[in-house]
Amino acid sequence: MLAVDGLVTEYGPVRAVDGVSIEVPEGSVTAVLGANGAGKTSLLRTISGLIRPTAGTVTFAGEDITSLPVEEIVRRGLAHVPEGRGVIGELTVAENLRLGGLWRRAGAAPVEEIYELFPRLEERRGQPASRLSGGERQMLSIGRALMARPRALLLDEPSLGLAPRLVAQIMGMVRRLADSFGLAVLLVEQNARSALSIADRGVVLSLGRVVADQESSALAADERLRHAYLGF
Amino acid sequence: MTKFIDLTLSGISDGAVYAAVALALVLIWRATRIVNFAQGAMLMITTFIASAVINAGASYVVGFIVALATGLIFGAVVERVLIRPVEDKPPLNAVIVTLGLYTLLVAVAGMIWGNQPRAFPAAFSLQGYKVGGTTLLFAPNDTFIVVVVVVVAILLALLFRRTTLGLQMRAAAFAPEVARLLGARVGRMFTLGWALAAVAGSIAGVLVAPSVFLGPNNFDPILISGFVAAVLGGLDSPPGAVIGGIVLGLALSYVSGYEGSALAPLAALVILVIVLMVRPGGLFSVARERRV
Repeated sequence: MLAVDGLVTEYGPVRAVDGVSIEVPEGSVTAVLGANGAGKTSLLRTISGLIRPTAGTVTFAGEDITSLPVEEIVRRGLAHVPEGRGVIGELTVAENLRLGGLWRRAGAAPVEEIYELFPRLEERRGQPASRLSGGERQMLSIGRALMARPRALLLDEPSLGLAPRLVAQIMGMVRRLADSFGLAVLLVEQNARSALSIADRGVVLSLGRVVADQESSALAADERLRHAYLGF
Repeated sequence: MTKFIDLTLSGISDGAVYAAVALALVLIWRATRIVNFAQGAMLMITTFIASAVINAGASYVVGFIVALATGLIFGAVVERVLIRPVEDKPPLNAVIVTLGLYTLLVAVAGMIWGNQPRAFPAAFSLQGYKVGGTTLLFAPNDTFIVVVVVVVAILLALLFRRTTLGLQMRAAAFAPEVARLLGARVGRMFTLGWALAAVAGSIAGVLVAPSVFLGPNNFDPILISGFVAAVLGGLDSPPGAVIGGIVLGLALSYVSGYEGSALAPLAALVILVIVLMVRPGGLFSVARERRV
C-alpha cells in the first residue's frame, strides 16, 4: 500500500533521513523506532509532503506521490496525525471532526462512526478542543484522520505524554483499525515496547539510517539491538 | 439630553464605519498575522474607482458594486503578489511591505486623480430625521451605513460559523500546517481572507466618503480609528471588531461633542494606549489556553 524507497531528506547540511526504504502492506502496522533525532518525524513529514526529499520515492497505492503537494496526497487517502496531537484548540470537537471529513473519499465514514469508536468525543462535541485532556486530544486527532476514511495512516508518537493505561488503549485501537479497516499504519514511536506489542514489523532508525528491519517479535527479542537503540 | 441622543446616534454611525475598517484589519490579521497598514490606501483606491464609475454616468448602486468587486480582486492580488513572499519571513518584512504599498498607492492616486479632495455622493439623504420639530444628527444615510455594516458582519459570521469554506479559513488561520494535512488549500484561504478584507474595506470607503470627501490622504484618520477599534475588540475576533468599532465611535462622538472635536483623534490614541496597557488582548479576549 505504502512504499518508501531510498528516501533522503536534508535540512541544509544536515541529513535527517538517509536512504530509508520501508514497506507498509495493507492491514498491517509497521513501527518506526529510534531515539530523539533519529529522523522519525522527518520521515513522516517527507512521506506526507510537508518536506521535499532530495532523493528517493514515495509510492502510495501504486502511484508515485513523491512530488505531489500535501493537499493532494491527503485527498488520495493518506492521513498524517502529527506529533503533539495536532488538534485545533480554537475549534470545537465537532468542527475538528468536520474538518477531517472535508475530503472524504466516496462512501466514507459519517461522524457517528467516529463517535461510536470514541464515545468520549461525542460527550464533548460542542466544546473547544483546547479543553480536552491529552488522551482525548489523541483520540480526536486519530478520529479526525479517520473521517476521511484513509487507506494509510501515519501516526507520530501517539503515546507522547499519555498515562500507560491510555497508551495501551490507543495502541489497541491502532491494531483494531489496521485489522478491521485494512489500514496500512506507519507508527512512529519512542515507546518501543508498546509499539512493538501491536506492530507486525519494526524498523529501527539511527541518525537517519535504517539499522534494523525485522518482524516485531524478532526485534523485541534481539537483546543487543534493544540495548543499543531502544533502551529497554 | 437631545445633545446626548444626537451624539449617541452619530457615534453609532461613525462607529459602524470604524467597525468595517476594523473587520478588514481583523480578517487579514486572522488569516496571515499581518497588520495591513495599506488598508486605508486600498479602500481609498477602490472608492476612487467607484467615484470614477459614478461620474461616468453609472448609478450609485453600480458604483458600489464596482467598489466591492475591485476590492475583492485587489485584495487577492496584493496577497498573492506582495504578501505571499513575506508570509513566512520575520513580521517586520510584512510591515515594511504594507507601509510601502500605502506610500505607493497614495502617490499613484495623487497622480491619477489629483490631490484636491472631491465630493462623493451619498446613497440616501444627509438631512437628519425630524422628530417633533427638532432635527436629529442622524440621517437616512446613517441608517444605510449601519444596516450595511450589520449585514456585512452577519454574512461574515455565517461564512465563518456555518460553511465548510469558513471552517477551512479558520483552521488555516489557527493551524496552517494541520489544515494542510487535512486537505485544506491553505494558500487559497489566505488569499480569500485578504480578498474579503479588502471588500470590507471598500465598503467602509464608500460609506464614509460622503462625509470625509475623497482624496489620497482623506481616509488616514479612518484607518487609525479602525485600528484602534480592532485592537479594542482583540484584533482576532470579527464580533469584537464590530463592538470595538461602535464603542470607539460612541467614545469619540462624546469627546468631540462635549470637549471639542480637536480632541477626538487624541482620544482615539489615548484609548489605544490604555487598552494596550491594561488589556493587551482586547476588551473581549477570552483567556486562551496555549499549547507548550
